[in-house]
Amino acid sequence: MSRVSPLSQATLKTSPAPLSLSRARHSLAPWARIAGLAACALLTLGPVIWTVSTSLRTPAESFDLPPKIIPTHPTAESYRGVFDQIDVWLLALNSTLVTALIAVGQMVTAGLAGYAFARLDFRFKKPLFALVLATMMVPLQVTIVPVFLVLKSMSLTDTLLGLIIPAFPTAFGTFLMRQYFLGMPKDLGEAAMLDGAGPWRTFRSVYAPLATPGLAIVGVLAFNYHWNEFFRPLILETSGQNYTLPLGLVSLQGNLGTGSISVVLAGVVLSMIPAVAVFLVGQRPLREGITSAGVNR
Amino acid sequence: MTNTQIPAVRPSRPAAASAARAAQPSARDRGTRLLATLFLAPTVVGIVIFTVVPIVGSVVLSLFHWNVIDSPNWAGAANYREVFTDSTVLVSFRNTLVFMVVAVALQLLIALTLALAVNGRMPLWLRSVFRSAFFFPLVLSAASISVVMKYLFNQDFGVVNWVLGQVGIAPVPWLTSENSAMAAVILVYVWQQFGFSFLLFVGGLNNIPKEIHEAASLDGATGLRKHLHVTLPLLSPTLLVATVVGVINALQVFEQPYVLTDGGPGDSTRTVVMVIYESAFEQLRFGEASAVGVLLFVLIMAVTALQFRLSRRFVHYQ
Repeated sequence: MSRVSPLSQATLKTSPAPLSLSRARHSLAPWARIAGLAACALLTLGPVIWTVSTSLRTPAESFDLPPKIIPTHPTAESYRGVFDQIDVWLLALNSTLVTALIAVGQMVTAGLAGYAFARLDFRFKKPLFALVLATMMVPLQVTIVPVFLVLKSMSLTDTLLGLIIPAFPTAFGTFLMRQYFLGMPKDLGEAAMLDGAGPWRTFRSVYAPLATPGLAIVGVLAFNYHWNEFFRPLILETSGQNYTLPLGLVSLQGNLGTGSISVVLAGVVLSMIPAVAVFLVGQRPLREGITSAGVNR
Repeated sequence: MTNTQIPAVRPSRPAAASAARAAQPSARDRGTRLLATLFLAPTVVGIVIFTVVPIVGSVVLSLFHWNVIDSPNWAGAANYREVFTDSTVLVSFRNTLVFMVVAVALQLLIALTLALAVNGRMPLWLRSVFRSAFFFPLVLSAASISVVMKYLFNQDFGVVNWVLGQVGIAPVPWLTSENSAMAAVILVYVWQQFGFSFLLFVGGLNNIPKEIHEAASLDGATGLRKHLHVTLPLLSPTLLVATVVGVINALQVFEQPYVLTDGGPGDSTRTVVMVIYESAFEQLRFGEASAVGVLLFVLIMAVTALQFRLSRRFVHYQ
């Protein structure tokens, strides 16, 4: 979806100290509040739990109501079914290639440009930065027709590169890295300069190593967004060999109808694994990134 | 500009080195400028090619009739006139606005309630479990999750109707009736998106100094009243951000209606972005698609500006 940023620096850092208020006796009884929250959490996770458990049922059992959380006859039949129906390995390979290259590419372009805006002096710095900020407000959906034509003129439609290259520049990532570099002490660079380090050495040996947590936010955010991306692949990739996972799954559902729910759901579960892994490992940068970016997707 | 002289800063060349020493500051400045150029090139060139040119391109294209195969024909304002008379396009704008209002209101209400509840007293581990649960749907693919939701909202064997049946509600033809399809699309969207506003609110609540709450409690403010008169005004900057971003995202909704209903039944869930997609890439009417895109962009800008204007009266900065 969009990469809109509120430009709110306040949200960039989430303070770890939660409010501990002495209001328990005034408001709802704590247990009632917690029970309500638990019910909401269950409702939120319900569709995901149902997906996983149904994918482990036989296709015949997948219509069963009430839905059984623990399948009576757990089976991996549906998982074999997905591999028979679609080339899961190819889809996963495409998705991995696209996502990984974009994530690395964005870390590089945003890291470099963010540093330039934060720490280097050059002409047209202000208007260039304003340009970058302004493009954050432009949703991709609005410009997709000309973007498609530009890629067509480069013969990049229906190629993975056509998905990857336009995603390298990231206005939001650049903004985020600029803030990140601005937050570092200026003395460090000045000391290095006095020791005879040129601008490149100063960047390479002093500032770049400190930028890892900021780059992690850019990388994790790019991974999450592009692993799940649907709109651009739908438009750009016309031949099946260039499909990414979400595209493959939606067309799988179209082909199978409702006959084999569990097979489609097995595919959905497989496609979720990397996103869930990133959620578990990189939850903190992801949270910080999402709150400061407004990315979703 | 004077790129050829840059190697002069390399100390390995004796002659050049002394020259560089003589002109230390300017050599260093030139080095800085070259570095800045190299560092900025990928981002700036990329943004120009893939955002700035397409914006101008959208406006230009919207003034032509073009099917990509034949050469483009000047259309003037014809595409815009067509947009305002084409019932499908008009309905899509109405659908998108209705979707935006309901989805964002619901999303903010749920997120705010849950953020306030999670912020209350409870064990730390429990708080982080809740926080993770509410934000989990955000990491999933909207397209894949809509595939799942299509089964859950099925009229005959979907779990949603089964649950409603348990409390005596007759099966709802969620995705197959013009009256309920938009409701299903909104529910699926809000289910996935509320976690974003939730995270913003949790962050905003954490930034409120707890002394203020204690003072309010000492003054006798309790429960809902305290939230209404103390917490909400202090949270208003976060509320503004959540609303603005929520509205911008909602105006671009695509995956959920595309997968769940394909815009139907009839045009009841067709959104503006779906119309852009269909008229450009299914009907090859690139000019009209661009005109719709330009109008959506104007709408997004206008709504955002309006919110910032209105916010002056309601937002309190500390």
